[in-house]
Amino acid sequence: MQERDALLKKKVESTVEVIPPEQLKALDEIIDKYAGTTQNLIPALKEAQEMFGYLPMEVQRKLSVGMNIPAPHIYGVVTFYSFFTITPRGRHTIRLCLGTACYVKGAKEMLEIIIRDVGINVGETSEDGRYTLEAVRCLGACGLAPVMMIGEDTHGNIHPPKTIGILDGYQ
Amino acid sequence: MPKISIEDLKKIKEQQLNKMSVRAGHHRAKITVHMGTCGIAAGARDIMTLFRDKIAEKDISDIILTNSGCAGLCAKEPMITVELEGSAPVKYVTLDKAKAERVFDEHVMGGKVVEDYALAIGSETMAT
Amino acid sequence: MCASPYYRMQLMMCAGTGCIASGSLDVKAALEKELEKRNLQDEVQIIMTGCNGFCAMGPLVVVYPDGIFYNQVKPEHAPLIVEEHVLKGRLVEKLLFKEEATKSRVPLMKDIDFFGLQRLIVLRNRGLIDAESIDEYIARDGYAGLAKCLNEMTPEQVIEEVKKSGLRGRGGGGFPTGLKWEECRRYDSFPKYTICNGDEGDPGAFMDRSVMEGDPHSVLEGMAISGYAIGAEQGYIYVRAEYPLAIQRLEKAIADARDYGLLGKNILDSGFNFDIGIAPGAGAFVCGESTALMYSIEGKRGMPRIKPPRSAEAGLWNQPTNLNNVETFANLNPIMLNGGDWFASIGTEGSKGTKVFALTGAINNVGLVEVPMGTSLKTLIFDIGGGIPKKRKFKAAQIGGPSGGCIPNGMEEVEIDYESLQGVGAMMGSGGVVVMDDMTCMVDTAKFFTNFSVDESCGKCTPCREGLKTMFDKLTDICEGRGQEGDVEFLIELGNHVNDTSHCGLGKSAANPVLSTIRYFRNEYDAHIRDKHCPALVCPDLIDFVVLEDKCKMCGACFKGCPSNAIVWEKKKVAWIDREKCTKCRTCIQNCKFAAIR
Repeated sequence: MQERDALLKKKVESTVEVIPPEQLKALDEIIDKYAGTTQNLIPALKEAQEMFGYLPMEVQRKLSVGMNIPAPHIYGVVTFYSFFTITPRGRHTIRLCLGTACYVKGAKEMLEIIIRDVGINVGETSEDGRYTLEAVRCLGACGLAPVMMIGEDTHGNIHPPKTIGILDGYQ
Repeated sequence: MPKISIEDLKKIKEQQLNKMSVRAGHHRAKITVHMGTCGIAAGARDIMTLFRDKIAEKDISDIILTNSGCAGLCAKEPMITVELEGSAPVKYVTLDKAKAERVFDEHVMGGKVVEDYALAIGSETMAT
Repeated sequence: MCASPYYRMQLMMCAGTGCIASGSLDVKAALEKELEKRNLQDEVQIIMTGCNGFCAMGPLVVVYPDGIFYNQVKPEHAPLIVEEHVLKGRLVEKLLFKEEATKSRVPLMKDIDFFGLQRLIVLRNRGLIDAESIDEYIARDGYAGLAKCLNEMTPEQVIEEVKKSGLRGRGGGGFPTGLKWEECRRYDSFPKYTICNGDEGDPGAFMDRSVMEGDPHSVLEGMAISGYAIGAEQGYIYVRAEYPLAIQRLEKAIADARDYGLLGKNILDSGFNFDIGIAPGAGAFVCGESTALMYSIEGKRGMPRIKPPRSAEAGLWNQPTNLNNVETFANLNPIMLNGGDWFASIGTEGSKGTKVFALTGAINNVGLVEVPMGTSLKTLIFDIGGGIPKKRKFKAAQIGGPSGGCIPNGMEEVEIDYESLQGVGAMMGSGGVVVMDDMTCMVDTAKFFTNFSVDESCGKCTPCREGLKTMFDKLTDICEGRGQEGDVEFLIELGNHVNDTSHCGLGKSAANPVLSTIRYFRNEYDAHIRDKHCPALVCPDLIDFVVLEDKCKMCGACFKGCPSNAIVWEKKKVAWIDREKCTKCRTCIQNCKFAAIR
């Protein structure tokens, strides 16, 4: 138990990365496609996140200028929706479903196992940059509870002790 | 692509229903080809193919073609059962392509039992 | 040979999210390979359908013309199915569904209780059509409802018909759809909008996902009908980001409908213009609330605003806007074709038609079911759902997600309709039913839902933001052994306060899970507070795991499953648990077949 608590108390170091200006040029395409109205902000942010893996300040600022939307508005939207992140991700995003059905069927045990064996809590990225753990509310695959998604793959009917075995398949 | 009208909508429905008829519950006739190991060895596949071609050729949608296991009378394979709606099933035995074609044209389409090849009329009774 | 081959047999392969996750695409590939090997590809067709509803038993294959239902099909079964069934016409016994009560195999889909007891309106096409084919949708009377509206009816008549049907919003609130439309039509400001709410955020609910994936055109048609009725020319479908497959299928459906001119300008030569766009969400539960959803479509933070004005008057971009749920829209084609009176003949006095429920949790037949309003909870859980697995006891059913409440054992005779559910402290919500057995701690469940609401609260109004947090802290104290006399009274008072004073519908119902568990399971709260004991053995701080020596059969199942090596066991010896190492993960309790650990 102590070991687990110590892991949970560990602070995540804030990571400030600088995106080289030449890479930011790639954003022009998105700006051209979506500039004009705020209506397109969420799709634009989605594409930008696909491009960089996350939404660092430089990207937000560039979109702000390009799309003519105030930067605070963009920051507000980015931090409001759970889909967006401002810290870099691991190679594989684990999306562990903690919806009711999964919770009742053992998702909590899976979370404990990941915390203990991988050493990351919800919202964190492992030190080797391999996994990022996210808790999601419901993947809509309750028939297969408990469910977790790794990247694009959905794994269902997981017997909690087998969690690590599944993760091992993703290097 | 031109826009469709309400009539087109109905047409698409008719055409597509034909393709989906296999999934509907109601049929005028049902042909069962008995395809156990013995049936296949005796040429049941050819007969199945023949029926399929004929149905496709005539673009019929109210016939259901299906297969079942060995009927137990291996010596008289290939066998088929033809069942028209409202009448008892008829079993045909020792068929070949020509005979099968006649059964299709006369019985399935024409509604007249081809007595030359028929083995029996009616279902087998189950032991209870 | 004629140009289009005649398929004598069709294999309907379920391609909903659940079955795909269980590997239905691999099964499809294996079946295709096997058919080709035997040169049957022109004889037998494989069709990918939408969700069949019976997700727990996936991947599913239904074989027509016979209607034979195979479940849990794996790629290695493909040769067996082709060799035995397709070729020889013999059923593959071991893949047939096994009825839990009688232990007998049931070959025909319609004979399985799970399917047989349902009545399908919303899910009328489930498993019967190719989810990506507009032609197959049309073949099942698709777009005929829209055609009838445009051709024979005025917008007022359409609204009248919907009012007559008694259809009420299926998203949870239960507001009469016809009245909503009527109000929206009244406002003389253009453009107007109609929006489909596909932000199915309730955990444990997946009805809307299934409809959007399996029968996307039924949603589009419903939206077009509503657009005609209220006078809107533009619709949006707001889909949550967690449903990529639904987005993909809707995009295809919209493109196909535009091709046919069933969306766009001058639909079916009637002069009516209507188009639909998809607005993907980005993961925020509160966006299921109508005003928040509209802000989100506008590209802003999804925070609810105070009503009035209602969205029917000033919604998206401050224009009159109609918002309905996916399931509500899917009901419209049958209502238009069969008439409002037909629809009103199904269901109860106040709640007409059917309702789709997602049955999940501790239940045998996990899946999606559609039953007439007024069906009893008992029928839903025990007849259709097949009862509780592992011979455990039914404890409660949680209906309505984080806004709903629990219905305890002993009250399962309650009829499911809007009013009856409210009477027992639950609510219809969007239709998620999570069944709980005696291994579930109700205090922990209440804590879970409150935590959910704390996380998802948008933070705009104080009762929801601060009140729920305080309630969560109190519940955590109770679960961790720091509960005191008076805590329950405090929770009731604060809960009522949160419900009374929050801004939006989500805050107004956020305390329901706590209030309803206190109402029915007060004794469990008291056990946590007074005896520092968790009766269901869930809350780790209130239990110490021990092996009951008289019950232990020395099988070692607990030892093998323990992830932290806390169990000491040797052959032919009773196991014991090292409390230093034990993380109380409950794996051993679940593995033990003799209930020897507690």
